[in-house]
Amino acid sequence: MFSLHGYGPAIFDGTILTLQVSLVSLIVAMLLGISGALAKLSGKKSLRVIAQLYTTIIRGIPDLVLMLLIFFGGQVLINRVGPILGYDEYIDINPFIAGVSTIGFIFGAYMTETFRGAILAVNKGQLEAGTAYGMSKVMVFRRVTLPQMVRHALPGFGNNWLVLIKTTALVSIIGLDDMVRKAGMAAGATRKPFTFYLVVAINFLLITTISVYILKLLERRYSVGVKEM
Amino acid sequence: MDFSIILENISIYFEGLKNTVILVSISLVLGLMIAVPLAILRNYGNSFVQYPIRAFVYFFRGTPLLVQMFLIYYGFGQFDLIKESFLWPFFREAYFCALFAFTLNTAAYTTEILRGSIKATPHGEIEAAMAAGMSRFLMVKRIILPSAFRRALPAYSNEIIFMLHGSSLASVITIVDITGAARIINSRFYSPYEAFLTAAVFYMAITFLIVFLIKKLEVHWFAHLQPQVDKTVIEAPP
Repeated sequence: MFSLHGYGPAIFDGTILTLQVSLVSLIVAMLLGISGALAKLSGKKSLRVIAQLYTTIIRGIPDLVLMLLIFFGGQVLINRVGPILGYDEYIDINPFIAGVSTIGFIFGAYMTETFRGAILAVNKGQLEAGTAYGMSKVMVFRRVTLPQMVRHALPGFGNNWLVLIKTTALVSIIGLDDMVRKAGMAAGATRKPFTFYLVVAINFLLITTISVYILKLLERRYSVGVKEM
Repeated sequence: MDFSIILENISIYFEGLKNTVILVSISLVLGLMIAVPLAILRNYGNSFVQYPIRAFVYFFRGTPLLVQMFLIYYGFGQFDLIKESFLWPFFREAYFCALFAFTLNTAAYTTEILRGSIKATPHGEIEAAMAAGMSRFLMVKRIILPSAFRRALPAYSNEIIFMLHGSSLASVITIVDITGAARIINSRFYSPYEAFLTAAVFYMAITFLIVFLIKKLEVHWFAHLQPQVDKTVIEAPP
């Protein structure tokens, strides 16, 4: 049962692609998350409303629907805008970009909540002290808020990351050759679907297990100087 | 955008809505029924019982639902043992496979939620139950489970919403749920915005309905924890 019939390297390539999609989406999600959190905590009402709308809408729609909307919808949009800009050929949307932007966009909403909570958890007195020293707002954020919010953000961040990795399986549906799709191809050729999907499942378990271990180390690293409970 | 296509074909969406609601509610009910005994055994059973449960939860929480569904729908056909047994008519059907995968998936997540909330039962409650002379079974039934269910509600409501969103994957194995309806409309009319935005609206409406119902349930279940408004007027002593 556990012969891979020479499809081992293909699955391995797929695993690499899965990791790439996960990491690039994570970066997008973190950037959106930090902007979303700052928007939610900002003094401007318009920013708060936009951020609130963003997180509410994302949490109400399934990932798959959003991904199909961006993939198929983006295709139509680009091919309508293209001719206006003087580009007449048909443009295919890159599934990697569609996948990464969708996953990043979705998890940006979850990261917004995580980061917002973490920023709020930083002691207010320290921020005031920073201001009293004459630091600018940016400097207070960089020197006081950021190093301390990491500790509060890590548990939520870790959870989001673990869910994000599993969500990347969806990119196989829009035609990206990640490990789930590679397994599907191998299964079709060898008529051994259970074997190949099991290999993929084990790969996911390995990735999540290693992630949990690294997150634990990070949590310990960032809790230095805090009394253990 | 032209939403008249949607209005003309709205019956496909309602068909999809029906399938989504059936899939989600049956798998949630069955999943909960599996999860309650598993969570109790996970807390109080010996290690021979605990290890398989831990492995089950670890596998289903650590792998994507899509892969679990593929393992069941495409994978089970690999084994002649299953193909020749009485189970094959079930596992041949996409609908049953989706239901099976969703049920096991939500069972695993719910087990973990309940395990935590059972473990967090205050010692005083257990001691009081023992002091009142309850047997272990009676204690679990009357004291531990009701108290654990209350504590689990916020996390479980998240799980319900995850399950609703996860059920959109059923469309990948040919089931016409809400997402499936949108995919049909999109491929028929090549109108991704109308098709998928409509699906999104359907999902949002269900999500908000669930959130609203859970809020109501929380008010009902946590009534005894709300601050009591004392309406008696205390007269000043003469």
